[in-house]
Amino acid sequence: MIPSTFDYVRAETVEDAIKLLVESEGEGKLLAGGHSLLPLMKFRLTSPGTLIDINHISDLQGVQLKDERLVVGALTTHRDIIKDQLVQEHIPVLAQTARQIGDIQVRSRGTVGGNIAHADPAADLPGVALALEAEIELQDEDGKQRVSADGFFFGPLLTALPETSVLTAVSFLIPPMHAKSVYVKYEHPASGYAVVGVCAIAGKNASGKVDFIRVGINGVSDVAYRASAVEEALLGKAVTEENIRKAALLATKDAEMSGDMFASAEYRSHLCSIYTERALKQVLL
Amino acid sequence: MSAKKIKISVKVNGIQHTAEVEARLLLVHYLRDVLDLTGTHVGCDTTQCGACTIMLNGEAVKSCTVLAVQADGGEVMTVEGIGSMEQLHPIQEGFWEKHGLQCGFCTSGVMMATMGLLQENPEPTEQEIREGLKGVICRCTGYQYIVGAIQDAAQRMSEAKRGEEIETLHAGGGK
Repeated sequence: MIPSTFDYVRAETVEDAIKLLVESEGEGKLLAGGHSLLPLMKFRLTSPGTLIDINHISDLQGVQLKDERLVVGALTTHRDIIKDQLVQEHIPVLAQTARQIGDIQVRSRGTVGGNIAHADPAADLPGVALALEAEIELQDEDGKQRVSADGFFFGPLLTALPETSVLTAVSFLIPPMHAKSVYVKYEHPASGYAVVGVCAIAGKNASGKVDFIRVGINGVSDVAYRASAVEEALLGKAVTEENIRKAALLATKDAEMSGDMFASAEYRSHLCSIYTERALKQVLL
Repeated sequence: MSAKKIKISVKVNGIQHTAEVEARLLLVHYLRDVLDLTGTHVGCDTTQCGACTIMLNGEAVKSCTVLAVQADGGEVMTVEGIGSMEQLHPIQEGFWEKHGLQCGFCTSGVMMATMGLLQENPEPTEQEIREGLKGVICRCTGYQYIVGAIQDAAQRMSEAKRGEEIETLHAGGGK
């Protein structure tokens, strides 16, 4: 399969990319790793008039520690994340999740910025981004701005990213020292995408009560979401198997389960609670 | 929109090539149709089967999901570049000895994915090999012989490396 014809230009700086986006009058698309965009173009589900290759912008590479957060440049690949020292030290769950994305070859090319901007509801990063209170850094002609992950994902492949903005980085909260974190996933056996993926980050105080909890879920609905009902049910409560089980039953409360040929909404809802329970047990018990 | 051609320069299996290509030309088609390196196969054409796996700038990638223009200035290694008929690469030897194939269609991609895997993890466990094979699909073997071939290749490569180290040590006057 071959994409339809397009113009190809390279941006050397973020400003350059923004200018090219503006000039393309809605016909332009940014090309990072291309592992979401090129398959769509090959199926001709999208046919941008111009591809703006941002791979040569060195400012968009790498991971930095800044203000209690890890700032991940948009072009950082999943492979880079797995190997990154700062990630391993401060947010190991990010590496643990990256290891579950696609396969070796896909992780060589796929980028964090591309994954977030593409906003596939069954991708693995959105749930983790929500649990880690990610901030999406955007830049356009008027300057830079940050959008919290909570307000970024609108729906399947729909985000708050304006047409003429460049997603430059994603910054993730470093969880408190005592909190443990995990991403567990039931993947579609053919595509490897998440049928359900749950990221849980939680810690307990000296008296065994939950004093920090974040749960982000992707795969089960049209858009990744924060499972606030689960968080509220457990915060301040004693860590017991019974409390965890009860809280996990609320995992579907903040979203509408979607169904398809592979997994009905009912089945997804069942899996969602089961995987939430497993994730919570791993970080709390 | 236009079919304007773009000049690219890519080192493939150690040889520098330049060409003028359409931006939409996929790297796999550049390798197969322009350079006539047909060892790299197109299987699913949807980033799943891995038959088109090559090394791009030292990383295993699926060349059906990379544009040729994205490889400009880069280095590619295809299955044709890893060994010769006279001297097979240890991965090729492993697949030969343990018969890690049946029809052979996926084999070049599987061997290139193996290269990516063993580069990251020279001594993988069986579980790690199976996880490492996630990006390739073989419809014949049931993977069992492929796993055996990779174990064999890993052993050959680590023995060769140990041999080199001992040689270096001796050459440096070590005991």
